[in-house]
Amino acid sequence: MSDSEPAVRLLSPDGERLADGRYDIDVSDAALRDLYRDMVLVRRLDVEGTALQRQGELALWAPCLGQEAAQIGSARCLRPTDMAFPTYRDHGVAWARGVTPLQLLGLYRGVTNGGWDPTQLHCALYSIVIGSQALHAAGYALGASLQGSSDATVAYFGDGATDEGDVNEAFVLAAGFRLPLVLFCQNNQWAISTPREGWHGAPIHRRAEGFGFPGVLVDGNDVLAVMAVTQAALDRARSGDGPTLIEAFTYRMGAHTTSDDPSRYRSADEVDAWSRRDPIRRLSAYATRIGAADESFFAEVEAEADELAQVVRAGVRQLPVPPPESMFDHVYAEPHATIAEQRAFLTAYQDSFADEGVA
Amino acid sequence: MTTMTMAAALNAGLRRAMERDPSVVLLGEDIGRLGGVFRVTDGLQKDFGQARVIDTPLAESAIVGAAIGLAMRGLRPVVEIQFDGFVYPAFDQIVAQLAKLHQRSSGTVRLPIVIRLPFGGGIGAVEHHSESPEAYFVHTAGLRVITPADAATAYVTMQQAIASDDPVVFLEPKRRYWDKADVDSAVDVARAPSPWQSRVVRAGTDVTVACYGPMVRTCLEAAQSHESASCEVVDLQSLSPLDTDTLIASVRRTGRLVVVHEASGTAGLGAEVAARVGEACFFELEAPVLRVTGYDIPYPPAQLEEHHLPDLDRVLDAVDRVLAF
Ligand SMILES: Cc1ncc(C[n+]2csc(CCOP(=O)(O)OP(=O)(O)O)c2C)c(N)n1
Ligand SMILES: [Mg+2]
Repeated sequence: MSDSEPAVRLLSPDGERLADGRYDIDVSDAALRDLYRDMVLVRRLDVEGTALQRQGELALWAPCLGQEAAQIGSARCLRPTDMAFPTYRDHGVAWARGVTPLQLLGLYRGVTNGGWDPTQLHCALYSIVIGSQALHAAGYALGASLQGSSDATVAYFGDGATDEGDVNEAFVLAAGFRLPLVLFCQNNQWAISTPREGWHGAPIHRRAEGFGFPGVLVDGNDVLAVMAVTQAALDRARSGDGPTLIEAFTYRMGAHTTSDDPSRYRSADEVDAWSRRDPIRRLSAYATRIGAADESFFAEVEAEADELAQVVRAGVRQLPVPPPESMFDHVYAEPHATIAEQRAFLTAYQDSFADEGVA
Repeated sequence: MTTMTMAAALNAGLRRAMERDPSVVLLGEDIGRLGGVFRVTDGLQKDFGQARVIDTPLAESAIVGAAIGLAMRGLRPVVEIQFDGFVYPAFDQIVAQLAKLHQRSSGTVRLPIVIRLPFGGGIGAVEHHSESPEAYFVHTAGLRVITPADAATAYVTMQQAIASDDPVVFLEPKRRYWDKADVDSAVDVARAPSPWQSRVVRAGTDVTVACYGPMVRTCLEAAQSHESASCEVVDLQSLSPLDTDTLIASVRRTGRLVVVHEASGTAGLGAEVAARVGEACFFELEAPVLRVTGYDIPYPPAQLEEHHLPDLDRVLDAVDRVLAF
């Protein structure tokens, strides 16, 4: 995995409970079932997203397949007033923050450039410009600390994003201001066609040390381990001890997006090897092993997933296409003469066709 | 003559330039093994090796900044920025560094760098993938800015841009990547006409329609479909320097001008063109110059882009308005 300390791991791929020595977490049976439900539902949503794009219902989809433990495990540690800054792939994070599946699909259907109210849900809009959200998260965390609040902030970003200046500058801010910030990197091994492996720089989590805060490597397909390290990082943030970088080692099981053809750059063997480390199977094996869940529970969640899929499929087709004039809404907070003029032009222009129709 | 798509023509142009000049190197995200997300660099790493087709980290400022250093070391870097909306992290390196260094060094430092930038909308993409940032670069002294409208010009202008000793922002109209045209791959680029000029792509007598990049096809279609007016279509092609000679000659003949681009209107190319033509053709103009452009809004979600982008009807509407003036 890397030449530094081994990754934090609390579940083996077969669902055996492991002791780590550095981190641990107590999760009730009910909480385990909730995690399982979250992960299964997010996966179904994700699979539907890919299918809907294939059917022409979405412009694009960026699958989170395989990354459910990293996303759910971390986001479920957040308090309601904590803030998350996700990327375009973090559907599990959005889900955990209460973004509805249809809100989430709007961006990918091309009916909105946003989709939800970040203030209300404490979940920023998806960021597509790689790394940009890390600085927003740093600023948000700075705000929280200036206001003396105990809210923590989590910035989500990918392995590729750690190349960008913005992310490194966020590290600088995080260290310099001792921000109540968790820098959560999902190293899914690929940035489109660019592999993380083979790059000669330090492993991602070890960069933190140079900036002046701790970095930790966690098995990103182990939901308990992800929770344990995230909880510890959030506690650190809240108690004023500053930021933590978490590198969740996981794998992008799907294509980069539905526009991508990964067979051009990675082998089926590699994908196969990672499928044996599936995060959901790992959790279900553990839950079964300790008697926290049984077949009837799994069947119940399966039925719930079927229902979700139906709601998503039916709902997405009915997502309203906003009226053309809505393009001019909210460009500015205050009235703006150019916008008003152009809106009027568009209306008149469209009416000119209506007149033709009548004539 | 070979029939090829614009993407293939760009690929062939890059290949030819690399064959001719060993100092040409390509840099960008996912351009090597993947061949670029639009496959414009497909196969080039395989044929020229990893030292000449370099897959870079995901860092646009790094890519352009490093290209400056490579150029100082005698190489001719051709940089790919994956999409228009992702050029902004490199903005400082482009407008404050790349554009100025030749002058700052009293001409001793040459920066023969090409920045390839797929631009424009119309492909139903999510946000940041459909933008038209050309005005920022045209506004910046020290950069040349060019955009080919079809496969044949793409093949030639790509090679000419690489041969230029100035930094060139090379805008590729991404929605035309798959349009096919006949390309003369035997053309002698050294003798080809200068790329830094506009060209009349359709002769006409009543109205001049000026456009560039993705809008050239739209305007040609509009011109062809107009029932009564004879429209002359001018492809500006070179946005910096802006060649107004061809355009002014055309407007002197037609007396009317419509300028079309996808980018927002305010302080866009259309404004510059209108001002220059107004200065030169005050007595010949029979009507005010009209602009047909994207609105002054952030690029809208894909399902609304047809209302934002100039299309055949909006071009015809403006043509009718200048004729009726
Ligand atoms: C500034 C910027 N440059 C390029 C892109 C194009 N792009 C989209 S996703 C991506 C790879 C991101 O990789 P990573 O950070 O590892 O996240 P992942 O997609 O693997 O979740 C690239 C290059 C972009 N969106 N933004
Ligand atoms: Mg990645």
